[in-house]
Amino acid sequence: MLQAVGEAMFQAMEADETVVVYGEDVVGGAGLGEPYEGAMGGTFGATRGLFRRFGASRVRDTPISEAGLVGIAVGAAASGIRPVVDMMWSSFTPLAFDQIHNQAAKLRYMFGGQANVPLVLRMAIGAGLGAAGQHSDTLYSVYTHLPGIKVVVPTTPYDAKGLLLESIADDDPVLFFEHMRLYNTRQEVPEDPYTVPLGSASVTRTGADVTIVGVSYMAKLALEVADTLASDGIEAEVIDPRSLSPLDTETILGSVCKTSRLVVVDESPPRCSIAADIAAMVSEHAFDALAAPVRRVTSPHSPVPLSPPLENAYIPDAARVESAVRAVLNQ
Amino acid sequence: MTIPDRTLLEMFETMMTIRLFEERVTLEYQRGDMPGFVHTYIGAEAVATGVCAHLSDRDLIASTHRGHGHSLAKGCSIAGMLAELYGRETGLCKGRGGSMHIADFEIGMLGANAIVGGSIGLATGGAFAHQVKGTPNVSVSFFGDGGAGQGILYESMNLASIWKLPVIYVCENNGWAESTPASYSQSVEDLSRRADGFGIPGHVVDGADVFAVYEVAAEAIDRARRGDGPSFIEAKIPRISAHYVGDTQKYRNEDDLADARKRDPLERFRSELAAAGLLTGTAVEGTRAAIVDELDRGVAAAKADPWPTADGVTDYVYSGAYGG
Repeated sequence: MLQAVGEAMFQAMEADETVVVYGEDVVGGAGLGEPYEGAMGGTFGATRGLFRRFGASRVRDTPISEAGLVGIAVGAAASGIRPVVDMMWSSFTPLAFDQIHNQAAKLRYMFGGQANVPLVLRMAIGAGLGAAGQHSDTLYSVYTHLPGIKVVVPTTPYDAKGLLLESIADDDPVLFFEHMRLYNTRQEVPEDPYTVPLGSASVTRTGADVTIVGVSYMAKLALEVADTLASDGIEAEVIDPRSLSPLDTETILGSVCKTSRLVVVDESPPRCSIAADIAAMVSEHAFDALAAPVRRVTSPHSPVPLSPPLENAYIPDAARVESAVRAVLNQ
Repeated sequence: MTIPDRTLLEMFETMMTIRLFEERVTLEYQRGDMPGFVHTYIGAEAVATGVCAHLSDRDLIASTHRGHGHSLAKGCSIAGMLAELYGRETGLCKGRGGSMHIADFEIGMLGANAIVGGSIGLATGGAFAHQVKGTPNVSVSFFGDGGAGQGILYESMNLASIWKLPVIYVCENNGWAESTPASYSQSVEDLSRRADGFGIPGHVVDGADVFAVYEVAAEAIDRARRGDGPSFIEAKIPRISAHYVGDTQKYRNEDDLADARKRDPLERFRSELAAAGLLTGTAVEGTRAAIVDELDRGVAAAKADPWPTADGVTDYVYSGAYGG
């Protein structure tokens, strides 16, 4: 998936010279005459090769200044260019929260539609690296709460490339969440540029017995659990929303009306979260279709811990998802 | 520096427009039919005027919660601003923003901003866009001594200095951040000294002297247009108006207010132009009458203009249909 993300940025920059990429370590040494081969190219390597192709004006390393990076992205986007900013980890975005919430999200509205704010903030998310409290958050629910912001959560390499190209072309601020445990996922993707629309969920498995909505890495986990359950004769329908704002409520509601049962899997704390939001939306609009209460499988209401046994307890796993599915099926 | 007579007279008209606009808005706000909060620019007129006199519509500015003066100096229409203050659909921002969020992107006004220091990232980003696009334009961030307390200023100045962005940071130091005196919240006399730490030229100027502001702005803007990078201008201005309309200023002593009034930039400029034989009393009255007439018409039109309709509450949140 990492390569798909890099390819999307490369192709967006080829197609539109107003697309610029900057952030901490996105060049990673090569800007100062160091050999290209050793250049860091982003914390995970997604931006490797961009500097060599597009040069120092459009691909820039930055100091560690999250508020400044996003503030400048907002002003630059409102002035006619398309910044793609590498925020490194979502846990670092609260340093720029004012710029995201009070500036990026609100400019178009406050100014009566005058402002276009076409910027993308890319960031890694997720527990599982032993990176503890200040590197492992998911945070997409926090930003889904904010009117004016769009939130994208790719799960597959195909979607990552298509959604990132779509996000860069979008005229609104997009926060693009890349789960670091998905970076090594392998899948052939088309070489040519293509887009995947925002607000369009992907039904990754069809089934009539229960609907499982999984966000980001949890969509992959949900699919694995569904395959296990199939051997027990339980046919689960798995939905990957792909974007949380906008959210494809139609696909989720349609599926629940068919299966009458819903489990939402989300690697985030449970309060005021996307899992809570989807559960509420389904209760509001498809209550009569439900044969059992909606179940949520989430992280606990806690920061992400370091110690492996604790971290494993934090991240929703297959056993918890399976048990929730069996619960809504009264098994 | 010799300033052409025509420019001087235009600047006088701009300063007088700002003063009369603010006096009128104060009056109308006190009548109670203007929603929200209003912060006036009285006493600071020379700063926006002296800086914006150098800018074209393609140059950018970003402003503060006290943004009427910057808006007028950049060329926003009086009628559009008044309709916005009254929250009408015909306002510059269709009634979604009001006094603290006036913007006109057509003429490079990136908006008044009610987050203290909110202009700083925006204007720096505007300068970044100019640089990437290779256009010979500049960007100006207006903020106050209060805004100089925000971290975004220092992150932005660092980025602007390493990238040599065409941005000018204009700090309007009126000595007060709401009710907190600058003498309490800063340990140096001149905020411009902080620019030294970023290798940015820092200037101090009497912000009540439009000649001085014009001159220092010329130097900073020329430097930015040449590609030599950012500058910082600290304009010391008298706080003649209160923090907001309705602020009783009981925290402030009489002498401080009286001293501020003695530094009235408009009266100073008027007497300088009169002494130079450029402006007669008749001409001043003629200008005043024309502005008052425009304000009368603007207020009447704004009050008669349509409100936004309730179904428009989610218009402009996103660029297109949101879905979901």
